[in-house]
Formats: sequence, structure tokens, C-alpha cells
Amino acid sequence: MEGTMTKVSIVGVAQTRFEERIASLAINELVYMVVRELLHKTGVSMKEIRSIVTASQDAWDGRTISGMTINEVVGGYLNAEAKVAADGLQALLYGAARIMSGEYTLTLVVAHCKESEGTPHAITNLMFDPFTQRHLGLDDVTAAALQARRYMRLRGLAAEDIAAVAVKNHRHAKKNPFAQRAGDFTITDVLNSPILADPIHELEAAPQSDGACALLLASESKARTVTDHPVFIIGMGNATDAYWTDRELGEAKALRQAASRAYRMAGIEYPAHEIDVAEISARYAYEELMAMEALGLSEAPQDMLARGDCEIGGRLPINPSGGPLCGNPVTVSGLVRVVEAYLQLTDQAGEHQVHGAQTALAHGAGGICGQNQSVVILRRE
Amino acid sequence: MTKKDDETQRVQYLLDIEYHYAAGELATRFFTELKEAGRIMGMRCSGCHRVYLPPRPVCGICYKELKDWVPLSDEGIIVGCTVVHLPFIDPMTGEQRPVPYGFAIIRLDGASTSIYHFVDETDEKKLRVGQRVKAVFREPRTGSLHHDIKYFRLVGK
Ligand SMILES: [Zn+2]
Repeated sequence: MEGTMTKVSIVGVAQTRFEERIASLAINELVYMVVRELLHKTGVSMKEIRSIVTASQDAWDGRTISGMTINEVVGGYLNAEAKVAADGLQALLYGAARIMSGEYTLTLVVAHCKESEGTPHAITNLMFDPFTQRHLGLDDVTAAALQARRYMRLRGLAAEDIAAVAVKNHRHAKKNPFAQRAGDFTITDVLNSPILADPIHELEAAPQSDGACALLLASESKARTVTDHPVFIIGMGNATDAYWTDRELGEAKALRQAASRAYRMAGIEYPAHEIDVAEISARYAYEELMAMEALGLSEAPQDMLARGDCEIGGRLPINPSGGPLCGNPVTVSGLVRVVEAYLQLTDQAGEHQVHGAQTALAHGAGGICGQNQSVVILRRE
Repeated sequence: MTKKDDETQRVQYLLDIEYHYAAGELATRFFTELKEAGRIMGMRCSGCHRVYLPPRPVCGICYKELKDWVPLSDEGIIVGCTVVHLPFIDPMTGEQRPVPYGFAIIRLDGASTSIYHFVDETDEKKLRVGQRVKAVFREPRTGSLHHDIKYFRLVGK
């Protein structure tokens, strides 16, 4: 980072358990739970927080200006509160910029979504162009299936290569107390699970999820007063690709771009060797392989996976939390990757801890077939 | 742009999304009290003593968790009002609401915040800020503010 900018650190995180339907809590109650827990863990009082960035989406919440549902519980009253209607990792980038500016010493970043309250097919259908595409009934899953086929064809991947991602992630998720779906599935189990849209099977797609997460950003000097173990954001990058039908769907060009920006800022030259653990926003199994490639973590990710290198305890564990396949509220997705990366770097990940991790990568994506991509690099002291 | 409006096309799209909003623990208790006892309940902040209606997890001003429930009066005062002449589709019936009708922001006695409801008065001279009003309940109650309170009526002078 430039010497004139304030260094940004994460001083605490909180997340809810992800569930298919959290029917007993209203959205503001759900968000209050994570914010209260975060304040309790960090010992920071809401009175000290003047800057808040939240992530939520009007169509999913079923009301416009969705950030206002949670204004009180995030401490928004008369403060510098702003909402990002995109993946939660974008809210982190915005929050980090506020700290870097030197204007705020603390920024609360929160993301929520209760997918169970709306109608996912109808809501994701709204992403599509109303003149040429939307009337055809496209949704997130069908677009992903088209991309998956294209990517598999370009790389010569078999159905088993993709299913192996789901096997690894569900096994990891067994060690993550916040995971919604976990288990010892075999490749055959995955390929025998119901098909959603060929080639995507149920166990290769993120389930419907409700949940929220929150984290607290601080300037370096403020961080020292809050915790003995701050985690620093040493790299950030973001890029938006062309509309899904206007680009080579088998290449994650925007992710390559976002990653190169984050690596340059972090001074990382050989990501495959310098990153110790990665949390990747793969809402579909094939996306994890695509992302590993675009992030420069492997040229043949399917082989790396088959060798066991991506397991907890392997050379470069990918999604030790289980990743989005094991619970993935839209919008929370990218931000909870940072929450998990933070847990890894502060030795708080419990059973899914990657021992000795110094540098972690968190990835977020949004839009049709990952049109928008963000990458954050975190490091412990 | 050289084309006139009627020379270019518009594309119709019917949006149909069903939502099931979780009311949560606090609103469920609020609706239950309303249904079973016909009581409108607020929540008092232990820090600033403001009484919130409808209930919510925290006081936005003090950031204190709200825990104390207090019954409120079914009478209050008009804070802001209007007589609506522009018809709209009533979301409760799916039919057009007859105009004109009165609308007001009402501060119930004992509450620090306001609710918004119909008032059974369309004469702008009578429906005015500062006027006292009383809730008229609809029986049987179902546990919803817009159903169980039919409207507010003017009381006093
Ligand atoms: Zn208060």
C-alpha cells in the first residue's frame, strides 16, 4: 500500500449459522445477532463506530432501500451508513477505502440475506436483459450450467473432476460448525444427486441459505488498542467483465484481472507458493476450478485436487470451511469468505484450522456467471 | 434521438415474486398481544426511556437492547395528515380504494414514535395536526395492525 494511506486491519468477525430457512428471526433480528456478537467479542462499543457499510439486495429482501431494515441494529442512526447492493466483498472494499482515507478509524461491515423469504428463480431471473433474455426463463442455475459446459469442454474436464470439488468441500464442512450442508459423499453420490441443469447436480450447487455475517475494520493504530492479533488487508483487487453473452464464458478474465491487482498491491509474485489458504466464492463446483486457475493457484486444478493438495492439511487448502456449496446466502457469500480467512489467520478456525497459515486469500463474485470479481489478500503479523 | 415516443417499442414483463417475510420474535409477540388482548404494545429503552412502536431489537439512538414491553393507549394525537384523492389498488383487497380518504401519522399516548393509519375523516378542516384520535377495532381480531385497527376516529373538540 502507498505510504500515505492508512493500513487497514480486521479486528473481529461474527457469523450466523447458515440454514435453509431461519423462520423464527426477522431480518433485523438476524443482523442484530451478529452485530451484537461482534461488539461483544471485540469489546468495541457501538458509540465508537461512526462508519458502517452494509451489503444487501432489494429484490432478495423484497423491499427497496433494503439497508433501512437494519439501520438501527447496525448503528446507522445519524452515522455514515451506506449500502452496497452487490456481493459482500464489495462492501469490505468500500469500508477499507474509508479507513485508508484516514477519515474513520473503525468501520463496521455487515452482509445479510434470507433467500427463504423470496422466490429464488424469479429473483435471479431479474438479472437478465428484459429485451432478449428474461422472457426465456433463465435463472442463475441455467446460466451457470451453460458456463460449466463451456468450461469443461475448453479444459477437457470430466463430470468426475467437477464432482470431486463437491466431495472435498462437503467433507471440509463437517468440521465447520456454521455449515448448513456437510457429509462424506463420494463422487458417485454427487453424480447421483438430482440434476438441476445439466451438468450441475444438486450437491454441486450452493443450497438455498439464510444467514448474515459482520466484521470490524480498523486503522492500524486503532487496531492495536482492540486486539493483539490484528489481521491486515495487504491486497485488494476488483474487476467487472463484459455481459455474460458477450464474453468467453470458459475464461474468468475479470477474476484474473482482480487477482493481479490484489497481488500487485500485496507484493505477491508467486501466489501458488505465497498463499497458504484460500476461501473461494464457488457457488457451483466447477467455479472453484475456474477460480483456482484464474487466481494463479494452479494450472491444472483438477489434478491438484485429485492429489489431495486442496484438503485441510494439504499444500494449499481451498475452502476449508466447505465454501459456498455448504451454505451460501447471496451477498453474504464473499464477505463470509473474509470472515473464514480471518479465523484461519488468528488460529480460531477450530477443527478446520489450517495450521501455520500466514497469508490468506478471500474471493467474492457477483452477477451472471461471475461478471464481477473481487479478491482480498490478508496477512497476520 | 429523433424518434417520437409512439414510434419506439416497449416490452411488457409481468413481475410476480412471492415473499414470506419472517416477522420475527418481537413482531410476533406484538401481533399476538394485539390479537388476544386487543392491546397495542411498545418497547421502552432503559437508556433514554423512549417508547418504540412498533417493537424493534435495539434503540437506534442509545444502541441499548430493548427488553421492556409497555402497553400503550388506543388514543393519540395526529402528527401529520392528508386527505388522499389519488386512487390506488388496496393491497389488502386487490381492489381500488374509494377516494377520498384520510391518512395520518399518529402518536399514541405513551409512545415516542408514530404509526401510520387511516382516519375516518375527509374534511381537511377537521383532519388536522394536533387533533386527538382513537382506534376503532375490527372484530374478530387477526393479529395485524392494518386489519385489527379499522381506522382512527376523531375524538374531543
Ligand atoms: Zn434509547
